[in-house]
Amino acid sequence: GDHCVGIRGTDIVVLGVEKKSVAKLQEERTVRKICALDDHVCMAFAGLTADARIVINRARVECQSHRLTVEDPVTVEYITRHIATLKQRYTQSNGRRPFGISALIVGFDYDGTPRLYQTDPSGTYHAWKANAIGRSAKTVREFLEKNYTDEAIATDNEAIKLAIKALLEVVQSGGKNIDLAVIRRNQPLKVTSPKSLVV
Amino acid sequence: MGWIEILDRAEVVTDKHHIRGSTGGGEIRRAPNLVPLRITCLPNDQDKMFKLSDKILLLCVGEAGDTVQFAEYIQKNIQLYKMRNGYELSPKAAANFTRKNLADYLRSRTPYHVNLLLAGFDETDGPGLYYMDHLSALAKAPFAAHGYGAYLTLSILDRYYRPDLTRDEAVDLLKKCIEELNKRFILNLPSFSVRLIDKEGIHDLEKLMPVGAK
Repeated sequence: GDHCVGIRGTDIVVLGVEKKSVAKLQEERTVRKICALDDHVCMAFAGLTADARIVINRARVECQSHRLTVEDPVTVEYITRHIATLKQRYTQSNGRRPFGISALIVGFDYDGTPRLYQTDPSGTYHAWKANAIGRSAKTVREFLEKNYTDEAIATDNEAIKLAIKALLEVVQSGGKNIDLAVIRRNQPLKVTSPKSLVV
Repeated sequence: MGWIEILDRAEVVTDKHHIRGSTGGGEIRRAPNLVPLRITCLPNDQDKMFKLSDKILLLCVGEAGDTVQFAEYIQKNIQLYKMRNGYELSPKAAANFTRKNLADYLRSRTPYHVNLLLAGFDETDGPGLYYMDHLSALAKAPFAAHGYGAYLTLSILDRYYRPDLTRDEAVDLLKKCIEELNKRFILNLPSFSVRLIDKEGIHDLEKLMPVGAK
């Protein structure tokens, strides 16, 4: 599917997605690949958009349900585990097919720690410092392995730049096909396009 | 807790409109902070107002336990709507959603015995106040009150409310209501918390403590 990259900085988490160019008559806004799950958590996915809608909806309900019963916002690990468990259930019984998406889930726990997790259709999840999903994820990941250093994520802007550079490895036609989502500690999700950033 | 408990449900809301608002409009709500029990007083720091969203407040009183359960349930569902759709429910929609929930539970084995006031500011419609009771009635009103205190305060509001009250005039009207309760209401209500909603959102005003109340 389309490419996504996620970077965990020190005070910021960044998600970048490739925006497939839309047909001339199509309204651009209807294809949203980065979704807020709660005020402090968001996710991007690669794969079947329709499957993603279901997973995202279940995650959003779980975020509020958790707040209702426990009076605390979810930790990023908790909601990732919830999504992964959901995916796993569909691999094992009742003749259903698995969800055809990999997801990158980012956010801040309420103690202020930034987190990045990745899930795949099998239902496994791992924490990452930086990762990519999608068709040529390997290329992007290799770029990140070479370029993810402490200096590269030293400031918020540097982390954003790294995400953009990583995506540009595989995205054709450059900046206008990239959507960025940024969460800073204690601030809500901000979805932007690269040209509106002061970098 | 019988009739004494009714006391802490005496609350008053004033709604003021500002048409063509460059100053915008808003509404003020207040709820008493004390639970008297026979002749002793239990200080009650439970906040009866629940923030449903940035510009909507729900004041929920009634059966102990039911109030918090119901209000928090509505609160989380309003937030879920925001997450799913990217924008918040309008006050009118939120009020109707709340009423529908109340109505559905009313004829179940587990009805919620709560009385509600929902106040919110809508970008297009301006400020709005919605009165709901435990039988799931819903009415949009310029001012409202629940509890025994309502018998006293509604007449004050009837007499002095005008649709074009300014913010300060509305606070004064609220003070008038509290004075009246202080004078004629059998139970002692020493302090009230007050909140205001306008186009900027929800603001906490200073607590009102009628003179002579202990």
